[in-house]
Amino acid sequence: MIDFRMPSLGADMEKGTVVEWLKKPGDAIARGDVVAVVETQKGAFEIEVFDAGVLREILVAVGNQAPVGAVLARIESIGAGVPVGAEVPPPAPPSPTRAPPVALKPPPAAPSGERLRISPAAARRALELGVDARGLRGTGPQGAITIADVEGAAPKPSEAPTPPRRGFDPSAMRQAIAAAMARSKREIPHYYLSLPIDMARSLEWMSAENARRDVEHRLLPAVLLLKASALALRQVPQLNGFWIDGAPRLSQAIHVGWAISLRGGGLMAPAIRDADRLSLDQAMAALRDLVTRARTARLRGSEMMDPTVTVTSLGERGAESVLGVIYPPQLAIVGFGAARPSPAVVEGRFAVRPLVHATLSGDHRASDGETGGRLLAAIDRLLQTPEAL
Amino acid sequence: MTAAPLKITYREAVKQAIREALARDPRVFLMGEDIGRYGGCYAVTKGLLQEFGEERIRDTPLSESAFVGAGIGAAMAGLRPIVEVMTVNFSLLALDQIVNNAATIPHMSGGQFAVPLVIRMATGAGRQLAAQHSHSLEGWYAHIPGLKILAPATLEDARGMLWSALQDPNPVLIFEHVNLYNMEGELPSDAGAVPIEGAALRRQGRDLSIVTYGASLHKALAAAKQLAGQGIEAEVIDLRCLRPLDDATITASIARTRRALIVDEGWRSGGISAEIGMRIAEQSFYDLDAPPMRLCGAEVPIPYPKHLEDAAIPQIETIISAATSLVRPS
Repeated sequence: MIDFRMPSLGADMEKGTVVEWLKKPGDAIARGDVVAVVETQKGAFEIEVFDAGVLREILVAVGNQAPVGAVLARIESIGAGVPVGAEVPPPAPPSPTRAPPVALKPPPAAPSGERLRISPAAARRALELGVDARGLRGTGPQGAITIADVEGAAPKPSEAPTPPRRGFDPSAMRQAIAAAMARSKREIPHYYLSLPIDMARSLEWMSAENARRDVEHRLLPAVLLLKASALALRQVPQLNGFWIDGAPRLSQAIHVGWAISLRGGGLMAPAIRDADRLSLDQAMAALRDLVTRARTARLRGSEMMDPTVTVTSLGERGAESVLGVIYPPQLAIVGFGAARPSPAVVEGRFAVRPLVHATLSGDHRASDGETGGRLLAAIDRLLQTPEAL
Repeated sequence: MTAAPLKITYREAVKQAIREALARDPRVFLMGEDIGRYGGCYAVTKGLLQEFGEERIRDTPLSESAFVGAGIGAAMAGLRPIVEVMTVNFSLLALDQIVNNAATIPHMSGGQFAVPLVIRMATGAGRQLAAQHSHSLEGWYAHIPGLKILAPATLEDARGMLWSALQDPNPVLIFEHVNLYNMEGELPSDAGAVPIEGAALRRQGRDLSIVTYGASLHKALAAAKQLAGQGIEAEVIDLRCLRPLDDATITASIARTRRALIVDEGWRSGGISAEIGMRIAEQSFYDLDAPPMRLCGAEVPIPYPKHLEDAAIPQIETIISAATSLVRPS
């Protein structure tokens, strides 16, 4: 049996609420199938499964909350499942009290063949309170665990529990952002670099390219910035990955977390997977799809777990430059301001050129300014030959 | 404005209900064994022959099948008969009339014939009348679609259910527990008809729900009073009507207390308490903090000797003990 667990959809996530099961016990499951929708402070996410098999048992019913790592369902495996992203170990959900990285022992199960004796009402209460009923002493008929036993074992809440809310909750997202950003500034010693990049060639090439395209296949400047950043990270891999257990853990795959601001306020940065390997058309399609789904709160869980780096682009109406805050446990965030006609020196003469201020915030524990500078320079170089992107 | 309460027995409350029906509706008449000259074997109808005459208070031969059948015919023809069967044990002789005719004719005639018949029967143990006069078979009748099964346990219901039953176009069976006839209490002098659907919450509590009816209601209430002294607060539900059962009142109570004890004089196997227990399992499963429990009659013919008869049916002490084991298992 494989445990299907509540995933960590970001450094700031502690728990989630199951809002929908898309599979029921007995259903066959293929690797990559979306089996559940989980609601977090950042909205609802579709959760995929990375094993093939048959869904045997749902342990957390719709409407119930579970902490990160809690078993949501059990899947009977058909052949061994291959871990996703075999080349990159997925980031462990960071926890304030760090557990030693030893092989996990399975949780102590009830003696085989013997089921936990717990009343139906107590079982439901245990789920609500997140209490692990195994190991509790039952005081009910025939030693069964009762509601009182479960409630006695629950941690005393410091405040009245708020009922689970459905749908996007801006105040909850604000709290999630607050937690992640505060942690970032508390733990990560940032360094900041910036470089104005001349976008004239890129924009000219893009205009010519768009002139031959119908409206729905036109490119946006954002996709050039995305692709250039991803390719530059291939050349400077020291900035792509995570800081885990006191050491950098670099990733070969480049999954760019693209910062998307939401109309109701708040933002998220879901992944465009393998952005360096996408054609511009593929990257454009991925970008459109991601923005649409982020704004309708239908992202997949893996998209929140995967990013190895974040890119934030302020767009045409934004500020001149942005000095980003790194999303832990990532190592860097690349920022782009708005492209504006600005005075520039070209071949020794003043000229008016569309400049974009590219910035980098790097984790100084993992890299130094010299490395960061190489990344910005690589982005600049790549944007001067847009036809090669 | 409520009139001053009268001190009254259950027997007298039933009699007042019958008198009111006879006085209000000329179609109502009474029929049964020894109900006229003798005044009824439990003295419920004493004096009614003198008051209303032989046309309307009719002594019958000892032939349940014949006079229940005559009652069905009279009801179909437009009268409002009240048929008294001496005990539920004797009603078995009229099972064919009740189950095959009364319960089915409205259905089989496509609604052309109503059977507005009321049958009153005594039921239950406790009067040392032995195994052929003491059983609680109302649960059997609650199995039959087409019948409405009432079990008045209080003076209000004894006084008020009959008139409502007579207004019902379908056959209604009223089960009067023999141990209730002498029960005395106060009733408003203007007490009248009561609804004949729905259970009643007779006591509120937080620790368990005791579901019962008939004479067992009063044992359950006495037990609940003693349990309260031990810190166990029992909710007590009087079913009042065994068919149809009031699921909503039961499930709402269990949602509060999370434990259910069903108390029923009838035998456990295949009884009405089995039906109630299964409904609880179906509808209240996730509210239950303990398995539903039944306290039923011992599976023997009701014995004649007093101490054995007492031991064969639920008593206050056994209800207390069952409730305690449900709430505080040792």
